[in-house]
Amino acid sequence: MASLDTADVGVADVKEGVDQETVDQVRALSGTYKHGWNTDIEMDFAPKGLNEDIVRLISEKNGEPEWMTDWRLGAYRRWLEMREPDWSMVNYPPIDYQDQYYYAKPKSMAEKPKSLDDVDPKLLETYQKLGIPLKEQMVLAGVENAEEQAAQLDEDGEPETGGRRVAVDAVFDSVSVGTTFQAELRKAGVIFCSISEAIREHPELVRKYLGSVVPASDNYFATLNSAVFSDGSFVYVPPGVRCPMELSTYFRINAENTGQFERTLIIADKGSYVSYLEGCTAPQRDTHQLHAAVVELVALEDAEIKYSTVQNWYPGDEEGRGGIYNFVTKRADCRGDRSKVMWTQVETGSAVTWKYPSCILRGNESQGEFYSIAITNNYQQADTGTKMVHLGKNTRSRIVSKGISAGHAQNTYRGLVSMHPKATNSRNYTQCDSLLIGSECGAHTVPYIEVKNSSSRVEHEATTSKVDDDQMFYCQSRGLDEEEAVALIVNGFCKDVLQALPMEFAMEAQQLVAISLEGSVG
Amino acid sequence: MALPKAKEDATAALLGTLQMPDCGGWCRAAREDALSRLTAMGLPHRRDEYWRFTDPASLIVPEVPKAATLGADPEPMFDQIERLRIVFVDGVFSPEQSDDLTLAGLEIERLSEAMTSDIHWARDIYGKLEVEAQSPVARPLAALNTAFASDGIVIRVTGKVEKPVSLVYLHERDDSQAILHHIVKVEAEASITILENGPAAARFNKAMEVDVADRGEFRHIRAQGRDHERRAATHLFGRLGQESVFKSFTLTVNGVMTRNECVLNLTGDDAVAHVAGAAVGDGDFHHDDTVFITHGGETCESRQVFKKVLKNGAVGVFQGKILVKDGAQKTDGYQISQALLLDETSQFLAKPELEIYADDVACSHGSTTGAIDEEALFYLRSRGVPDAEARDLLILAFLAEAIDEIDDTRIAEDLIGRLEGWLARRKDD
Repeated sequence: MASLDTADVGVADVKEGVDQETVDQVRALSGTYKHGWNTDIEMDFAPKGLNEDIVRLISEKNGEPEWMTDWRLGAYRRWLEMREPDWSMVNYPPIDYQDQYYYAKPKSMAEKPKSLDDVDPKLLETYQKLGIPLKEQMVLAGVENAEEQAAQLDEDGEPETGGRRVAVDAVFDSVSVGTTFQAELRKAGVIFCSISEAIREHPELVRKYLGSVVPASDNYFATLNSAVFSDGSFVYVPPGVRCPMELSTYFRINAENTGQFERTLIIADKGSYVSYLEGCTAPQRDTHQLHAAVVELVALEDAEIKYSTVQNWYPGDEEGRGGIYNFVTKRADCRGDRSKVMWTQVETGSAVTWKYPSCILRGNESQGEFYSIAITNNYQQADTGTKMVHLGKNTRSRIVSKGISAGHAQNTYRGLVSMHPKATNSRNYTQCDSLLIGSECGAHTVPYIEVKNSSSRVEHEATTSKVDDDQMFYCQSRGLDEEEAVALIVNGFCKDVLQALPMEFAMEAQQLVAISLEGSVG
Repeated sequence: MALPKAKEDATAALLGTLQMPDCGGWCRAAREDALSRLTAMGLPHRRDEYWRFTDPASLIVPEVPKAATLGADPEPMFDQIERLRIVFVDGVFSPEQSDDLTLAGLEIERLSEAMTSDIHWARDIYGKLEVEAQSPVARPLAALNTAFASDGIVIRVTGKVEKPVSLVYLHERDDSQAILHHIVKVEAEASITILENGPAAARFNKAMEVDVADRGEFRHIRAQGRDHERRAATHLFGRLGQESVFKSFTLTVNGVMTRNECVLNLTGDDAVAHVAGAAVGDGDFHHDDTVFITHGGETCESRQVFKKVLKNGAVGVFQGKILVKDGAQKTDGYQISQALLLDETSQFLAKPELEIYADDVACSHGSTTGAIDEEALFYLRSRGVPDAEARDLLILAFLAEAIDEIDDTRIAEDLIGRLEGWLARRKDD
């Protein structure tokens, strides 16, 4: 026995030695919420509450034309008549919609800083914590002549941050504080700007497509968003253009009690391609925060849109206090023949998630794909899934959903696959797997399958199980501790989805998967 | 919460046509409770989530939709099997056609007799399993049944019963409505098989409450009549004790509207529940299987196998749910629902659900919909099997997984023979 004990200690020592840095890093990240700081910068608030005046104010602050104001007011009036949906498997105390701020804007926007030295240091600190490279920071902070100054930096030998380039449109609370790589995108003809700018600069495009996928009266939260959305991103990729870089947005919720109502509209014109990344972090807060975003994607003939999300908003503490309420409407319209949309999401944050990225497969031979990982821990609740509505002939869709539930969390997959009578020779494959860690949590699957023609094939498979004892034993016999073993097995369980993510997201997501499950075993 | 006006009106309209039968104390109380439940929840409506795929209108309109009768079956179902035969004609017990109600190992009587007594063991079951099944989803047609059932069979099984009890439902009048409610109590270590067949009435509302004690066994095979125009809403409620077995199979051939609900509650450990169904529909045919299985005990097994073959605009519906309660560890839950659509106009609508609150479980469900596999067809054709025959072969193979759930091979073979007949009759079209 004695010799065995010694051997054990030896292994542990070696492991400690090898992995100490990594272990520390993970500990540091997991102890408290990684991005749970709160930047103290002056905010420009609209008064609390919601009424027609607030809607008008938001519209006015964004310098919107009259048709836009009317559109918002129409949505607001509609919203007043709607009831909050209660069919999802999530429970939360009633939201007081009058106790929210609907508009908040960082004050430092009023005057343009000359260089980074003039930028509010708090803001820079935020960027640093988010890991945004210096020259990106300049552009994001709205520094004058940022592009030239950045170019100067390049000559000074500042190392490139990586092989792949990502254009970032950072949403700092409600206003997009800057957009990078504008020039290069402009060269390719791609329009990538905040939606408020698009309303001013490209009204013909916005008017044509805004609300055409998610109508203003679509559902309670989407309607609310239509009335009060403060900003968001707009992308237009012209015919035949392959967007030269990945587009990305950071959504951050920063001021207390500020609801975030983002609006994203992406249009991929004929034969174009765009990949869009959305990553979310939010500071730690005690009171619940409301988020109701709308994302609309339009893919015309032969176009392809890839939309990837990593969502790690503050999920509330171990007792379930605080955390973000996330009610999102995401929908893609595969309008043209042979168009393709791919949704990939990694959902680890928010106290309540209510989100169903969907595809309307209208064009013949269009394709929709949905890859999702939803991880809930502690008292988190997630009700998420997708809708694949097959309208065109020879349309194809694929759904891979992995739900992981730990602690006291509830995780629900809710999906619809609908084959219309005219959607002949269409195909759907759905796989939803749930993994349960601990005996207090729940995992649920609620798929709706509606097949209205015989030449289509629909297959649905779902399983629910716990982390396999044999796999755990194997990992632990190889020297992994319980938590590492779970992280490894869970990462394996999620592999199908992680592989669908763009490279830089995949790395972050993998780390997130491990961190999200900290404290769920043992 | 107040009911929507439309629901309230529909409920009042149907209740106006029904009369609660005379009965003794215990039964009166159970019926009145059921009636107040029903008025509180209202009759189902198309907009109810639980009825999103099936329009209940024809099941609840005050005037019974007419259904022509095909007359007596030339080869009555289960005739080759020795059984205790109990016959209802349009929902009315027929003593002339029924056997003597005695059989070793069980006590059997009619509900209409049991309910006149002031006290009866059935009191602990009648309407009780139905009430338990009203949450989390309302089942108003079952409450209606408890309140207004005119008759039924009350069976207490005390030993291993050799012969099956066979309930035969004959249909003679084209505007008849039958509401029957059966009670089956299987005592510890006892076992019974119940057979049911026939269209019963133009509109049939049937409930069966089955309480299976520890190590008891209950087997149930039913064939839902061949009258094209009949309508039926049935409920099968089961409560399963420790190590008990519950197996139910339903064959549905024809019928304009069928809604079969099955609600099982596995309360004891190591219980086994299998529910299966095969449905073949041609033309004006709407068939809905709605199953809700709750796992309360540990190491229980449940299996749902439902197959549907649909053509000429027939509609198949499957709503299945496995609910694993907190603490129901080592649950093995399986659910499969498949449809074969033989032409462009048929539809299959499914909602296979899992709701799981225990971590050490293995639950899975699958659902597929499609046409006959062209490759399998090609293979058979290349082996010299004519096209039509090859198709029938594949259809029968498709239904086989559900029919395999029947333990009694004689019955299984008889049902396969009838399905072959159904397919053969459609070849002449």
